[in-house]
Amino acid sequence: MNEYSLTNLRELEAEAIHIIREVAAEFENPVMLYSIGKDSSVMVRLAEKAFYPGKVPFPLMHIDSKWKFKEMIEFRDNYAKENNWDLIVHYNQEGFESGVGPFTHGSKVHTDIMKTQALLQGLNKYKFDAAFGGARRDEEKSRAKERIFSFRDRYHQWDPKNQRPELWNIYNAKVHKGESIRVFPISNWTELDIWQYIRLENIPIVPLYYAKERPIVEMDGSLIMVDDERMPQELRDKAKMRKVRFRTLGCYPLTGAIDSDADTIEKIVEEMMTVTVSERTTRVIDFDQEASMEQKKREGYF
Amino acid sequence: MTTDKLNIQEFLDQDQKKDLLRLLTAGSVDDGKSTLIGRLMFDSKMLYEDQLAALERDSKRVGHAGEDIDYALLLDGLKAEREQGITIDVAYRYFSTAKRKFIIADTPGHEQYTRNMITGGSTANLAIILIDARHGVITQTRRHTYLANLLGIKHVVVAINKMDLVDFSQKRFEEIKNEYAAFVTQLDVPDVNFIPLSALKGDNVVETSDKMPWYHGPSLLEFLENVHVSSDRNFDDLRYPVQYVLRPDTKFRGFSTSVASGIIKKGDEVMVLPSLKKSKVKSIITYDGELDYAFPPQSVTVTLEHEIDISRGDMLVHPDNLPRVERQFEAMLVWMDEKDMNLSTQFYIKHANNTTKARIDDIRYKVDVNTLEKSNIEKFKLNEIGRVVITTTKPLFFDPYKKNKQTGSFILIDPVTHNTCAVGMIIDKLSSKNLPSRITDTDKERIAAGKSLIKSDERQQKLNQKGETIWITGLHGSGKNELAFSLERKLFDEGASAVLIDGSSLRSGLSRELDYSPADRAEHLRRVAHICKMLNDQGVITICSFISRNESLREQVAEVIGKDRFHLFYMDASLEFCKENKPELYVKAENGEVENLPGVDLEYEVPQNAKLVFKPEENENNLDAILDYLANNKVFPIH
Ligand SMILES: Nc1nc2c(ncn2[C@@H]2O[C@H](COP(=O)(O)OP(=O)(O)O)[C@@H](O)[C@H]2O)c(=O)[nH]1
Ligand SMILES: [Mg+2]
Repeated sequence: MNEYSLTNLRELEAEAIHIIREVAAEFENPVMLYSIGKDSSVMVRLAEKAFYPGKVPFPLMHIDSKWKFKEMIEFRDNYAKENNWDLIVHYNQEGFESGVGPFTHGSKVHTDIMKTQALLQGLNKYKFDAAFGGARRDEEKSRAKERIFSFRDRYHQWDPKNQRPELWNIYNAKVHKGESIRVFPISNWTELDIWQYIRLENIPIVPLYYAKERPIVEMDGSLIMVDDERMPQELRDKAKMRKVRFRTLGCYPLTGAIDSDADTIEKIVEEMMTVTVSERTTRVIDFDQEASMEQKKREGYF
Repeated sequence: MTTDKLNIQEFLDQDQKKDLLRLLTAGSVDDGKSTLIGRLMFDSKMLYEDQLAALERDSKRVGHAGEDIDYALLLDGLKAEREQGITIDVAYRYFSTAKRKFIIADTPGHEQYTRNMITGGSTANLAIILIDARHGVITQTRRHTYLANLLGIKHVVVAINKMDLVDFSQKRFEEIKNEYAAFVTQLDVPDVNFIPLSALKGDNVVETSDKMPWYHGPSLLEFLENVHVSSDRNFDDLRYPVQYVLRPDTKFRGFSTSVASGIIKKGDEVMVLPSLKKSKVKSIITYDGELDYAFPPQSVTVTLEHEIDISRGDMLVHPDNLPRVERQFEAMLVWMDEKDMNLSTQFYIKHANNTTKARIDDIRYKVDVNTLEKSNIEKFKLNEIGRVVITTTKPLFFDPYKKNKQTGSFILIDPVTHNTCAVGMIIDKLSSKNLPSRITDTDKERIAAGKSLIKSDERQQKLNQKGETIWITGLHGSGKNELAFSLERKLFDEGASAVLIDGSSLRSGLSRELDYSPADRAEHLRRVAHICKMLNDQGVITICSFISRNESLREQVAEVIGKDRFHLFYMDASLEFCKENKPELYVKAENGEVENLPGVDLEYEVPQNAKLVFKPEENENNLDAILDYLANNKVFPIH
């Protein structure tokens, strides 16, 4: 490598910063969707880098399904406060008041009402014309084809057959009123890149990613953590302490843990290189049907 | 990838130093593209076991590979295309080895997917062109190679696949290699390599195969791991297209972007386009600390010594190395929209962080992507490619795409649908004889249609003169106006019909929206030229004194008016003389209050082909010289 070459991570970083700045320059009212997960944490750091020494010129929005792990919410609030972020938390009030939840309504209904619908409400409420998401193309097949600037019609729908050509690093940011763009600045990162970057940059992440003794109930082969008393009593009674960690974070009843001793990033990566289960399979929603993510994306979910 | 030999710490430290290679794969249907990529990913052991399990399950259900694992299913993502069994869009795939990370753009092969290949290839450093050893070089191979070359991809690997089906024959390999080599010499691909392989069986994909002992080169993966691409970027010409102006408080003003090309160093003298103001780089700021220099594609923020007004789309460059600053250029255009091109549309053009309006003035030709033959057409349809002339509302700062991908590429956006309807690679500015204000054939027809009933020799007889243009060029303050005014008086006294076209009155009326930037100066002169043309057509002599600072501008004017009606004279005054004669503007220019003054911050090109050259001190003689010239050339009087 000569003195004018970048490593993979630095090249990805430069690309992401370029994308984030482009959105700030081209859109009137962008927002960064913040899931509190590790990919979001990386994306948020990249935004801080993009506008340093200034403040990031757009807010973070967390779509709270009201079933997130408590540690996630705590982490979110601390992070936003310490780093002076403008944080919007939106939840589907109607859904919440009518008591929608995964234990009572099942994962499909819950996800639709408390995640997809809540997201669309949040986007409509603030009239955002661009929304950053932390999705990566290597996560899942339908994402492999998605553009970095992904056009959504006024109903927030994605049409995989009708995507705008996207060349070089020239992004088409033109939208009519009501239409919007979802922007994926870390499209080209792999899971390993994300961990490497977290390690390199010392990016804080939710402690749930690290292995620890936690109260766990086995449900249909998934290891579900008891996070609050909304888990039915008969399930809670079966909980046993197990050393586990989470590969992805979502709603606690829908996110399976894995048995693990990895309590450092190094150990996580080591485990990842040899592990037999790829990342998204610990998210229960993907099991719904073949190509279910593509279906959800068409409907407006990321 | 094994982790047991290294400890994890070492592994991560080493992994962190990897670089990145972006590549494109092209081949026609069933050449084995998806199989090859699947194999690369599989053999580099980055596939998790559950992906494999899902793959085995899918293979049994919809696979096309019989009992073998169908690696293609790993890649063909979206539902619709999985059902059809073909790749219909660009899919990006990732894998890495101990040396490199790879991003593969997997694109479909059919001609109707040319735009997808163009999309996937735009960021690629390298293209793998697949050939089925049984079929050899086919039309698709030529098309894919042409497109890779059009995109400026410098490294091509010709992967001759399915060698297992031709008994791993060296003869067959050599035949195909020679055939391809003969064809590729028509194009200028700098680095072409041939590898015989079997994607299905894995020969020469990761490991070199013992089935082809006659082949001594690297396996495909070895080649990909070692090919040198970091020097493919342009490190010579600094182009810093400001993407975002960072203004967190009243004190700090930073200009952020990713360096498009060249190296920007702390302390460098830089010039801002389009204002031409100069300053020095005070600091190069990143979140991780200040840098002494930055290079492409780093994303940084620069502060300058002076307070200069700079906005998004402006460009910082080294003053001795400027890009083209033009409103017209020629480009290779790829039409990407289902809707046909409409030449009367005013598109948005996005180029180097600038968005402005653009029109396609002219289609020079269309290229048949299969035969490379050129033909004339009226408009482009989806996937058609050709050479066009484009005029933009604001000047763009560009370089030829061949020299600089970052400043040579653009997209056109449909003003109604907002779709990205075309993408382009700039060839260069127009040579002056091709400027759009030249009279095109269609213009000629239009003009011919409105032909006056009075013939030009009737007018000449009556007026005893020819309607032609006397054009005096020279610096501001050279005394050309004085000469022009006295000439008008003199001709009037002698009985001629002559009109002086006065720059300042045009500037306050006809050209009132124009400024003094090079582009607007050119537009102003274009208008002047058309006025002259109309008057000359009426038999009237026109007298013009305009700085008209370079050959291409003057030629453009001559072309509008008609070369044989255009008489160029040059007022040859030294800059000192001009400054003394008309100091106001020059003083302002030196104080930086006025810019774009020829002779000061814009070059003035002395004409080499002036019919007469004057010295301002000899005004009386100059007048006589012109009158003699007009008489000798039978402009006035004719008899
Ligand atoms: N015998 C043989 N068959 C191959 C080879 N590579 C691919 N194929 C087969 O060719 C067919 C088309 O492959 P696929 O990867 O889908 O081609 P694509 O259309 O270029 O993506 C499949 O049936 C593959 O199994 C090879 O090296 N040898
Ligand atoms: Mg395929």
